[in-house]
Amino acid sequence: MIPELGQFSLVLAAVLSLVLGVFPLWGTFNHNTSWQALARPTALLQFVLVALSFACLAYAFLTNDFSVKYVAEHSNTMLPKAYQFSAVWGGHEGSLLLWMLMLTGWTAAVALFSQSLPLAMVARVLGVLGLVGIGFMLFILLTSNPFDRLFPIPPDGRDLNPLLQDPGLVIHPPMLYMGYVGMSVAFAFAIAALLSGRLDAAWARWSRPWTVIAWAFLTFGIGLGSWWAYYELGWGGWWFWDPVENASLMPWLVSTALIHSLMVTEKRGSFKAWTVLLAIAAFSLSLLGTFLVRSGVLTSVHAFATDPTRGVFILIFLAIVIGVSLALFAWRAPEVTLGGSMGVVSRESFMLLNSVLLVVATGAVLLGTLYPLIIDALNMGKLSVGPPYFNLVFAPLMVPLLFILVPGTVAHWREAKLADMWMQLRWVALASLVLAIGLPFVWGSWSAGTALGIFLGMWVALGSLNNAIERLRKPGRIGGSFWGQHLAHFGLAVVVLGITGVKSFEVERDVRMGLGDTVTIAPYTFRLVDMVDVNGPNYKAMQAHVEVAKNDQVFDVLYPEKRRYFSSAMPMTEAAIRSGFWGDLYVSLGDPLPGDKPSWSMRVYHKPFVPWLWTGVLLMVLGGMVAAMDRRYRKRNVAAQLKTAGESLSSAA
Amino acid sequence: MKKFLIPLALFMGLVVFLAVGLQRDPREIPSPLVGKPAPAFSLPTLVGDQPFSPADFKGQVWLFNVWATWCVACREEHPLLVEFSKTQSVPIVGLSYKEIQAADQANGPLNDTDKLALARERSLRFLQRLGNPYKLSVMDLDGSVGIDYGVYGVPETYLIDRQGVIRFKHVGPVTPQVLQHKLLPLIRQWEAS
Amino acid sequence: MKRCLLLLLIGMWGAIGMNTLRAGEAQPMADDPKVEARLAVLAEELRCLVCQNESLASSHAELAEDLRREVRKLIRQDMTDAQIKTHLVERYGDFVLYRPAVKPLTWPLWFGPFALLVLAVWGLWRYLRHRKALVIQRMSEADNAQAQSLLKD
Repeated sequence: MIPELGQFSLVLAAVLSLVLGVFPLWGTFNHNTSWQALARPTALLQFVLVALSFACLAYAFLTNDFSVKYVAEHSNTMLPKAYQFSAVWGGHEGSLLLWMLMLTGWTAAVALFSQSLPLAMVARVLGVLGLVGIGFMLFILLTSNPFDRLFPIPPDGRDLNPLLQDPGLVIHPPMLYMGYVGMSVAFAFAIAALLSGRLDAAWARWSRPWTVIAWAFLTFGIGLGSWWAYYELGWGGWWFWDPVENASLMPWLVSTALIHSLMVTEKRGSFKAWTVLLAIAAFSLSLLGTFLVRSGVLTSVHAFATDPTRGVFILIFLAIVIGVSLALFAWRAPEVTLGGSMGVVSRESFMLLNSVLLVVATGAVLLGTLYPLIIDALNMGKLSVGPPYFNLVFAPLMVPLLFILVPGTVAHWREAKLADMWMQLRWVALASLVLAIGLPFVWGSWSAGTALGIFLGMWVALGSLNNAIERLRKPGRIGGSFWGQHLAHFGLAVVVLGITGVKSFEVERDVRMGLGDTVTIAPYTFRLVDMVDVNGPNYKAMQAHVEVAKNDQVFDVLYPEKRRYFSSAMPMTEAAIRSGFWGDLYVSLGDPLPGDKPSWSMRVYHKPFVPWLWTGVLLMVLGGMVAAMDRRYRKRNVAAQLKTAGESLSSAA
Repeated sequence: MKKFLIPLALFMGLVVFLAVGLQRDPREIPSPLVGKPAPAFSLPTLVGDQPFSPADFKGQVWLFNVWATWCVACREEHPLLVEFSKTQSVPIVGLSYKEIQAADQANGPLNDTDKLALARERSLRFLQRLGNPYKLSVMDLDGSVGIDYGVYGVPETYLIDRQGVIRFKHVGPVTPQVLQHKLLPLIRQWEAS
Repeated sequence: MKRCLLLLLIGMWGAIGMNTLRAGEAQPMADDPKVEARLAVLAEELRCLVCQNESLASSHAELAEDLRREVRKLIRQDMTDAQIKTHLVERYGDFVLYRPAVKPLTWPLWFGPFALLVLAVWGLWRYLRHRKALVIQRMSEADNAQAQSLLKD
């Protein structure tokens, strides 16, 4: 009964998204304000219906209703309740319903928080979101229905993939989807602006907070995925340039460019066409990601179970949405006005350089990801493009980006003087250089790569601190935008330092250990003191007790496990990690080894600076949230709006 | 302003590639050995004391089929191969690939002589039960000859010509379609030369 | 008597020493650390052919074990990294390399990003120079138009 209710709710929601997609937009063409006014209530009701549908699916999981095929494929009576809930998005069909929930959620949010926008604009934005929604609804209802029944009803389900039975993996997809789907809002604003023919600074101001929030979620989602891979997979890696990982990185890179470009459009009325193109690109890359994960064109550890029909459907949807958007762009962009003047050296030009570098980096990642497919499609063979390629190509592109970040934040708008900038930044440059050359010696191994990484990290970190201190010296309120910006940049610096540190100084020891044996990674010593059997709710495990000592003082015990889930033939490693400010100690238990004395293969790692990676990501996310909450986005008073409107008019002259 | 059409043009190109890509299998690996001489080896056979080497079959066209008793997919093609061996003159040489698995050594490691004996015994029983399409079968216990031939999954089948050059490789079970449309025509072509 | 005592002491010392060796420093998994070190680096560049996108270093698949064994064998035969890669490519094709070989087929891949960067930065430079002139031109056009309309009134 409940699954049928869920399906019915979804069908109703699909009808509503059709209404939302068609009538308000039509209403803007024939100036019918009552049709335009349909947008807000339709958006809200659509969300309620999809939420209801989602709740029905969750109910089916939590009550072990194995008559629903999707539940039988991804759940089990022994699965802990929390994972029974997260199993809702553990497979293709349910994850699409989650996507739909997010999309209708963002649409409803735009409907609620757009009171200061003109009705026609609201109608256009919500209309575009409705059109996107129709595509996904049809996809779910026609090819990927989570409510399909199964007969005969199995006594128990197949269980959720043990890899997904983990708190990190529970929130990683929802956060990622919030990011991917959030890009649709910037996209909708851009299309709305193209449709209305009015691309002005106001559009940029409205789009920016939505884009920043979506960016923050995407950053968080990607960080979570990396962190999960690090602690779950047992070998301490955190990025593999897998096609699906790349599919999340590309919208992130482009939306970073978009945020910076929106800044310029808002302030000086410049780059309008470029900003619109970036907004279209960011969401297009989200859609492309959906295609890559679910169509089977690329091999990936993340891929859902694939089906050619699904691939064709998504591709057609992709082609229509992006094709029409780009055609609209080609038609309207030539009419866009130029905006304010800018010098060759100015904050605007730094921002443009930022865009260029990020877009080239995105292009490189896209090229590497799709190259095997292109060569295969041309019948010219089968090749692989993996981490060695991406590491070699991506890192050099990031170097100039990190370098220009700091001058970019001190450059004046319109016209900047390099000499002045140098005066402001020379101590930051000197300090960064000294630390870059000196620190690797202190930590034991000097290399040009390590020095470069430290220089860039310190450059951005000290540069941000320097800006903050200089600004605090001046009078006047400092808005969320300022703090957010510098917090995010600082977070980026911490990530860069983390990556440099772990790549330069990590140590791995792959040993065979019996009871009482020790292995040393100076100044730490690890001793295997015991090996016991433990029982989990749906698994049995072998658990090692490893004492960790520093300079002969034992200060911790770690418990790495090797689990065998009842539902899966593959054993799962649960590494034991001790995290500290300066780094992680990481122990991974392997297989028992033959021999007279019982012994096991163990991998022991010292990974310095790894926690800086996760901390840096969190700082970036925090920075985004703080920036989005800047008072000027929440201001309702007319005076302020008039003032900004006046600014944009004068700067457009 | 033609430059504003560039993004659309690039995108359309991408869609075409993606559409073609949908029809490809990204996990299928074509063999670089087609057109090259079959790698040499000398392996013990299933029955008898004389080892076999590909040079022994120079002068005739033959099939080289990779199989094992633990391979489920092999059973799909087995009846077809048995039928083939009865009606066709082209001999099939079997490559018994990694017959001894980890489970066989669960109670302690086996030495090479025991491994060979166990592999032969199990394979013979299998062939007696399900039919024997092989003129002879060679025993590749550790998979090293498989690596030389670029084997990455079982079953796989190679077509080798009179000069000992590999002319065709099929990955996966041999189906009637593959037999009719690919193997038989190629066999006829290379027998004629 | 003294000699016996000395021998006894040495014997005891030896026995204690042997015991501490037993529960002592863990031995590396690999039989030959030098070979393992080379394997570790190479294996990151090679693809596991039967996995869903994993390197030879991290895969647990049986074929991956076999290929690692093969690479160890080739390292012991003093082959260089390039020779080992060629050996595998002869058997499995380019698919097995995670770092694509630089050849005409992959020139767009290896040189594309750099070419794109150069092109984009050059384009940006030209745009910024051009734009300054354009704004001045348009502003003066607007001024002219405004002057005309004022004069007409």
